[in-house]
Amino acid sequence: MIRIWAIALNTFREAVRDKILYSLLFFALLMIGGSVLVAELAIGEYGKIIRDVGLAAISIFGLLIAVFVGIGLIYKEIERKTIYTIASKPVPRWQFLVGKYLGLLGTLGTEVAIMAVAYLLVLQGIGAGITGAMFPAIWLTFMELAVVTAVAILFGSFSSPMLSALFTIGITLIGKMSPELVALGKKADNPALESLMTAVYTVLPDLSRFNLRSEASYDMPVEWEYVAYATGYGAAYAAALLVLASIIFRFRDFK
Amino acid sequence: MSDDFAIRTKGLRKVYKTGFLRREFVGLHGLDLEIHRGEVFGLIGPNGAGKTTTLKLLMGLNRPSAGEAWILGEPLGSLEAMSRVGFLPERPYFYDYLTATEFLHFYGQLHGMPRDLRKRKIEELLPLVHMERARDTQLRKFSKGMLQRVGIAQALMNDPELVVLDEPSSGLDPMGRMLIRDIVRTLKQQGTTVLFCSHVLSDVEEVSDRVGILIAGELREVGTVEELIGERALTVEVTVGGLADPDGLPVAPTRTNVRGHHVFEAPDHETARALVQSATARGGELYSYLPRRESLEQHFMDEATAVERLAREEAAR
Repeated sequence: MIRIWAIALNTFREAVRDKILYSLLFFALLMIGGSVLVAELAIGEYGKIIRDVGLAAISIFGLLIAVFVGIGLIYKEIERKTIYTIASKPVPRWQFLVGKYLGLLGTLGTEVAIMAVAYLLVLQGIGAGITGAMFPAIWLTFMELAVVTAVAILFGSFSSPMLSALFTIGITLIGKMSPELVALGKKADNPALESLMTAVYTVLPDLSRFNLRSEASYDMPVEWEYVAYATGYGAAYAAALLVLASIIFRFRDFK
Repeated sequence: MSDDFAIRTKGLRKVYKTGFLRREFVGLHGLDLEIHRGEVFGLIGPNGAGKTTTLKLLMGLNRPSAGEAWILGEPLGSLEAMSRVGFLPERPYFYDYLTATEFLHFYGQLHGMPRDLRKRKIEELLPLVHMERARDTQLRKFSKGMLQRVGIAQALMNDPELVVLDEPSSGLDPMGRMLIRDIVRTLKQQGTTVLFCSHVLSDVEEVSDRVGILIAGELREVGTVEELIGERALTVEVTVGGLADPDGLPVAPTRTNVRGHHVFEAPDHETARALVQSATARGGELYSYLPRRESLEQHFMDEATAVERLAREEAAR
């Protein structure tokens, strides 16, 4: 465990000392603050818009960090040859991947926490109201990032950053629309297309399960069983991706 | 597997597949190598000879296409063996946002070392590599030589039984190179096995117990420097003063030094002795008699040139 912890801490430390993440965080906070202005322009639904835009900002900026830091996480280690001094130590390669993953997850968790605190302060400050569903909504946003980070790590373990970015963004977009894809397959009245859409839905992550923004914005009740189920689904999916990434990475040569 | 060897390879081969058409390139042809425990072994060869490939295979960074290898008696890829090995890659890039102390703690953690032991080891290693004053400086502010030194420190964090260094003198000034040589000598005194690749052949010659010459992926020669160079190219520099006329001596003088003494380069001891006899018989006075052997560098250049010539001839056929 000490090895995974060391790699995770080092990854977190790198992110914390990397100024790019601060600029992303700055823009996210700006957007959360800017939601007040957007809401001022809208007629009615003032609180709903602020709640919705703020949660969207947390999700979008979190996804940006997960994708663009995640895809480069392994590639950078190989390109800069820092992996040479790690892979030649008594560190199994899966521990390296898991350490990198947990390090980035820790960074994302910190970023989400900072954005969430800013968001809640803004809501509190303008009296827009904090709904009970906001906390599970933020938590599931984090779980969504956990899955997307695992996708980015999987592709980053064997392909270039460009391809990894394409695959990860593609899977994220499809994952966000997966129920619509199944519905589309059913509507098409074509058994082959329906089977294809069902297969895509089964294999790719269903990221819509992590979206509780409507519930948070409209102050709708959220069942804790659902949150636990979505959390379990995200954790299992991320773990499966990491196992696959570890198998691929185990056989990789470092040139 | 016998425990007498720190490293043993049998037919170790690496084939790279490159480009869209996956064309094959043989980086290493069936390497058979035995490095004894406690030995300092220098691996030399021109660029692309397979030195780094060999080290990458041994360090588990690449998988061999064929063959077997054992590190400290354990099969290749054994984590147990790697816990007893220290490695410094060529032109290392380290996490430059870390300070020297954080950096060494990190590598100590990768070896599973507890905090107290890591602290103690860091206090021991920083002075060894002359880095005590830079302990809290981030690596991004380090010169190339400082990075190399802190890189060696990370390779020694676990008190390794085997240290593998890829071009440890690369980019270092004479002081830095001397420090590396001293560290290698200290490791040898402690009984640590050292395998290192270097282009600085004078360093290899100075510190290695044995040397292997790798050219075009093949191990051409292995032996002590004396065995490799042998007596075959021995020359003797003879300096004689007070000679009025050097004509007719067994060897013609190559030059006259600042004091007006004649300097001769005899091809072997026999000729040199005959030269001294003739010169003193003519009233000359012997000032110096310096046997000179071929340097490892000359020997290596001869080998590399011969292989290159053969390759050219084969290509022409």
